[in-house]
Amino acid sequence: MAKVLVVTSGKGGVGKTTSSAALGAALAHGGDKVVVIDFDVGLRNLDLVMGAERRVVFDLINVVQGDAKLSQALIRDKRLENLSLLPASQTRDKDALTEEGVAKVLNELREKFDWIICDSPAGIERGATMAMRHADVAVVVTNPEVSSVRDSDRIIGLLDSKTEKAEKGDRIEKHLLLTRYDPARAERGEMLKVDDVLEILSIPLIGIIPESEEVLKASNMGSPVTLNNPASAPGRAYFDAARRLKGETVEMTIPNDKKGLLGKLFGRRAA
Amino acid sequence: MSLMSFFNRRSSAPVARERLQILLAHERGIVGGQPDLVAKLREEILAVVRRHVMVEHDNVQVKMNRDADISTLEIEVEIPAPVGAR
Repeated sequence: MAKVLVVTSGKGGVGKTTSSAALGAALAHGGDKVVVIDFDVGLRNLDLVMGAERRVVFDLINVVQGDAKLSQALIRDKRLENLSLLPASQTRDKDALTEEGVAKVLNELREKFDWIICDSPAGIERGATMAMRHADVAVVVTNPEVSSVRDSDRIIGLLDSKTEKAEKGDRIEKHLLLTRYDPARAERGEMLKVDDVLEILSIPLIGIIPESEEVLKASNMGSPVTLNNPASAPGRAYFDAARRLKGETVEMTIPNDKKGLLGKLFGRRAA
Repeated sequence: MSLMSFFNRRSSAPVARERLQILLAHERGIVGGQPDLVAKLREEILAVVRRHVMVEHDNVQVKMNRDADISTLEIEVEIPAPVGAR
């Protein structure tokens, strides 16, 4: 059965779009049919991160307003045929997203895909509430940093009150994805540790993505990090998180980018 | 990382720079003289087609590719055969 997953955080710049693209590609790589939807109306970026920016024809709002069919607006990934993207509109404003319109699009997508990943905009306004509204599962992206943790707490509160599931009295499944984590700094006491964040937010952990230069490289190339460099530390961490989302039990580790002697000597210069 | 992939590695920042330059040229309207000319052409061409033939959304395929030197707009319209033609 299709699952609607929202990737959210409250705070901007913590890695929602990176994580949406990386998880989407990892799930699609495993054979599932996946669509990733950009809900950031007016400031779309998922198309750029996934390398489809030159091919955008129609967008989510065109579909919501009936100007285009879903099949016309979906952009199929050039690398993985079972991965699609539904871009946000760059020119309209976010009020064009109606609850009924979004629900209709999601219902249509449920028939065609196994995973519908909603990449939420930052903030707690319309775009963000629309992205989470119909979700079955939420991935809360958090950096080990005070303002991010506080905003995540706020978002968890909204997930428990403003979603369709919550209003029906059901509980929405919530997972914490800790990104930009630096184990060495945490060990030195310069950064909140995994357990600190878990204790404060008290939702289960779905993955730890280490801070890595591979994330910037992947977005430069317009390729999810799980496709651009699957063997990299963040690549492996996202693959593990995707397997956990599918219900597999995977030991929680923090992968690191192993560098050989050459890599250590020249690593800074390349890319 | 193997030795081969180390030497083959293409740096990513120039790719990012080129992608942004092409995208922003289109968004700012530097290409074609107005913001997203290709999208406007798409709208108007479809409107003209609809004025003459009833076309279902399903029978229209639109593809775009915005590039540095040339952009392409590909519109494929299936025009239904008149009733009783077969």
